[in-house]
Amino acid sequence: MTNTSPGHTHQIDSETGKMGMWLFLFTELFLFGGLFLAYAVLRNTHSEGFHKAAAELDIFIGTINTVVLLMSSMTVAMSITALQKDNKRLAIRLLLATIFLAGVFMVNKYFEWSHKFEHHLWPGSEVYLNLERSEITFYGLYYMMTGLHALHVIIGAILLVVTIFRIKAGVQHSGHYVLLENSALYWHLVDLIWIFLFPLLYLIT
Amino acid sequence: MKNGEKPHISSYTSHAIVLIALLALTFITVFVSEINFGAFSVGVALIVASVKAVTVLTYFMHLKFENRFTVWMVSGVFIVFALVIVITFIDYLLR
Repeated sequence: MTNTSPGHTHQIDSETGKMGMWLFLFTELFLFGGLFLAYAVLRNTHSEGFHKAAAELDIFIGTINTVVLLMSSMTVAMSITALQKDNKRLAIRLLLATIFLAGVFMVNKYFEWSHKFEHHLWPGSEVYLNLERSEITFYGLYYMMTGLHALHVIIGAILLVVTIFRIKAGVQHSGHYVLLENSALYWHLVDLIWIFLFPLLYLIT
Repeated sequence: MKNGEKPHISSYTSHAIVLIALLALTFITVFVSEINFGAFSVGVALIVASVKAVTVLTYFMHLKFENRFTVWMVSGVFIVFALVIVITFIDYLLR
């Protein structure tokens, strides 16, 4: 097979790269999907404890974090627009804003968790083990799901840092930006998961 | 997108509008959860979350301007995911 125009080869390259990223995101979806499924079934069998425990969560912090993640999703999407328009500086600034918002999210999460820890409420603690069985189930899922999500926030932020360096080095530019697109896709997935975690854990009491 | 075609560039304004819509939906869910709809509140929360998810997928994740194959692939996987949940519940409810 011969490709006459270099643009043609490049097109296939980034399309395939993006497709690979989507395939990876599907595995992530099912990783969290398993936990969502466990949540759905256990919520039905242990509804009372779930309501009681969920009422203990801070809706305010949860809402702030939702707003923060949605904003960061916009800045990362805008960063693609900026790079496509060949505005490297703006693209990097928007990525920095995204990383900053990721930091805000993590700080909030830290306060939220440490507040729980102050009440000796961590998996395995004495207070924790003395809770009702159904509440333990809820907190188990809560720590597992938000913890796994927070890990994804950290990985996503690292990916964005790498992307900034690649843009600075000129490897990613207006003609070739598949890494930026894929990091952005990953970041949106983190947001997507939180969109479901927030109402399920914080709001439904 | 066909080969050789210029990639679609979303405008800054369109991203901002999408964000405003998403934030509005977020506040709606928080507000609705304050009033107790009983069994409905779960449904309402999940429907609003799904609308938000589709919005993120369509605009932020750029699916609206992606080639057909990607769109079908993503929708297919989400349908499979929904089926897994539905089938689990059928199994669970009929036990």
